[in-house]
Amino acid sequence: MTAWIAQVLTSLAVIASLPADTGVVTHLLERTSFGVRPGDVERVQAMGVDRYLDEQLHPERLSDAGVDARLAGLTTIGLSSRRIAEDFEMPAIEARKAAKAAGSDGQPNPEQQRKAATVIQELQQQKTIRAIYSTRQLQEVLVDFWFNHFNVDARKGADRFLLTSYERDVIRPHVLGKFRDLLGATATSPAMLFYLDNWRSGGKDGLNENYARELMELHTLGVDGGYTQKDVTEVARAFTGWTIDRPRGGGDFRFEPRRHDNGQKIALGHVIRAGGGMHDGDEVLDLLARHPSTAHFIAMKLTRRFVSDTPPAALVDRVAARFRETDGDLREVMRAILTSPEFLSPDVFHQKIKTPFEFVVSAVRATGAEVHDARPLVQQIAQLGEPLYQCQPPTGYKDTADAWVNTGALVGRMNFGLALASNRMRAVVVSNTTPDGITLGAPAFQRR
Amino acid sequence: MLSRRVFLKHSGFALVSLGFAPSFLARAAHAQGRRAKQLIAIFQRGAVDGLNVVVPFGEDEYYRARPNIAVSRPGSGADAAVDLDGFFGFNPRLLPLKPFWDQHALAIVHACGSPDATRSHFDAQDYMETATPGVKATSDGWLNRYMQARKAERADPFRAVSLTTQLPRMLQGSAPAVAMKQISQFDIRGGGQAGATFESLYADARDRVLGGTGRDAFDAMRQLKNADPARYQPEHGADYPRSPFGQALKQIAQLAKADVGLEIAFADVGGWDTHINQGASQGQLATRLDDFARGIAALVTDLGDRMADTLVLTMSEFGRAVRENGSRGTDHGHGNAMMAIGGGVRGGKVYGTWPGLAVDRRYEGRDLAVTTDFRDVFGEIVVRHLGVADPSAIFPGYTINAARFPGLFA
Repeated sequence: MTAWIAQVLTSLAVIASLPADTGVVTHLLERTSFGVRPGDVERVQAMGVDRYLDEQLHPERLSDAGVDARLAGLTTIGLSSRRIAEDFEMPAIEARKAAKAAGSDGQPNPEQQRKAATVIQELQQQKTIRAIYSTRQLQEVLVDFWFNHFNVDARKGADRFLLTSYERDVIRPHVLGKFRDLLGATATSPAMLFYLDNWRSGGKDGLNENYARELMELHTLGVDGGYTQKDVTEVARAFTGWTIDRPRGGGDFRFEPRRHDNGQKIALGHVIRAGGGMHDGDEVLDLLARHPSTAHFIAMKLTRRFVSDTPPAALVDRVAARFRETDGDLREVMRAILTSPEFLSPDVFHQKIKTPFEFVVSAVRATGAEVHDARPLVQQIAQLGEPLYQCQPPTGYKDTADAWVNTGALVGRMNFGLALASNRMRAVVVSNTTPDGITLGAPAFQRR
Repeated sequence: MLSRRVFLKHSGFALVSLGFAPSFLARAAHAQGRRAKQLIAIFQRGAVDGLNVVVPFGEDEYYRARPNIAVSRPGSGADAAVDLDGFFGFNPRLLPLKPFWDQHALAIVHACGSPDATRSHFDAQDYMETATPGVKATSDGWLNRYMQARKAERADPFRAVSLTTQLPRMLQGSAPAVAMKQISQFDIRGGGQAGATFESLYADARDRVLGGTGRDAFDAMRQLKNADPARYQPEHGADYPRSPFGQALKQIAQLAKADVGLEIAFADVGGWDTHINQGASQGQLATRLDDFARGIAALVTDLGDRMADTLVLTMSEFGRAVRENGSRGTDHGHGNAMMAIGGGVRGGKVYGTWPGLAVDRRYEGRDLAVTTDFRDVFGEIVVRHLGVADPSAIFPGYTINAARFPGLFA
């Protein structure tokens, strides 16, 4: 115990007295970025850990012109859902209708199908390129974290063309903002309304509890957060009428009073008075965002991502307290985690297993590779078990070692390391001789 | 043991009544107790039209509801249904599977499906693979929970294998399972000493988790090499289709015969979402069924006496509406047919209560009603084929009760 305290004090002293210890800086980079590039450790040592953290916590102050240039060729990533629906979805639907009217078998036109598929492919490339090259590394790590927290699978119907806007307009702007804003943005997003079926809840379709259940179990309180089946039903009633204006046409959120159940609801012991209309849902979101179970659940998940698969209870409690004190200010929550003695304890250094996405991106970063086309990397990530934007359950991908360590995945990782380092990955050029393929496929590189 | 006795009794019956020797049944006696039970799960993604696969030709309503796409009654020509029991018949494209029916090695559960009303492919597949209908947040698949419940004596890396690019939901979870589109991918492809170098790095790793899994991976690669999959020759005249589905099944047979500890295998096959011009005995659905039936027939033939311990189970997320639609296709429905072959199943019978196709007998007035919850089929297989005494952890939120089993096994 005293040894541990001594270690923590040393780490704290290290943080205070710059230039910082290489081990600490490497740890900080491994957790707040998608992997250490050649020269990164020295750069952070030169600028100081405090300034590095401050920069990363204020991504808007960092230029990301390099990434903007690399993304310029991806034409769909800046489009609205409506434009994507009109330009990519509708033509395929129209073509099928026309074929059907003409008496053909109505098989989808391969050309139209390819075109429709580009939307998700470009989104996947975008995510990969940002993770590799963005200066705003912590922001990208958090976009990955929060998208996964509020997971939506691209393969469910209209969601295939709603995720571009979902990540860009719903998740990314809020990852260092207020949790309540992030929660509200997801609750009114067509992507989530479609994915968890709330757009069809209420009125003649009857009550659908999917969203209400996952909202409490996965987005806020956690499965042991103290709600009952009765609460699920009451919350579902509060969200009736929260729907989508023309779901297949890329429309926005709309409140439909005719679908709404305007009676009184009692959720988590809180009375929502009759006649509240759309405000019922907002009241539930206020209640959930400020519930102590939510603070604890979010603190647990964030510390699991940034500190350890089994974060110390005292740390989770302190981070949860910070969440409540700041009314869910995610920047302050992150600062509390990244400056905690538990985070800086050498016991947790290099203990997290990289997800397939983290592994592939960190390998590319470590080699300083030049990526001319991210599609082969996207394909690799899928083959290693983490197809981007295609996690079926609303739980998102798991963030613990057991999910990612298995024989098939390890064989895949070793082969990817060899292929990357020996320039056998199409459109990815490695000029550096170190690290070699063996290093990338070795056990040590699978952790961060 | 009871199930094997009955299986052999049936096989004797089949030999007498049909006058030819089904090879795997004849040899089943020699296979006794040699191997662990195996399950090969086949998922027909896209909702196959069970009413045109196992055709209820005995119901006039079937012909009234499907004036253009019904499979005609047995005896009405080459495209007619193949009579099974006087009421149900196979789509003629399933003819390659008929010998197994005749040998009492193929059973059907009709009007089987989910208690959940969803007609979304996405959600229904999810529910079938997690075996928790209506609950989306289940993190693991039911076959993975089976492996968790039934700890292996030793770490067999090929205990559960999916011949797909990614691990299906059914096999996801904390128990190890491997996904590979090609067996040949399971090797270090770098030339030279890379494999040996990695092997020593993982063997020497202080990292317990990665070191242990790495050692398993290299053991597995050696096992596969010894089995020499590149030179594989199917046996007993099995002729696999050259389709991706046929090739996936062929590789499952290779793995099963390589004795690498295979217990659960998975393959899927798509193209069943026949909203438009689905056809009857010819056309879109028939083409898919041809590949499907020839593939499974080849697998069962190839596995030979191993089929005594191996069950092949087919499933699809839901069935299709009773009435054909305006495009000579069928829309999303509810109840469907599952097939179980081998493994001591009491075949030659269509199990489940047939609800009838009259409008007032249908689910929501349009679909084949579900009279057997798919969890009761899975449950019976887990208990009576795979031999799990207490399946409660495999089916959370559902009480497995033998009284509800369809009765596939004695």
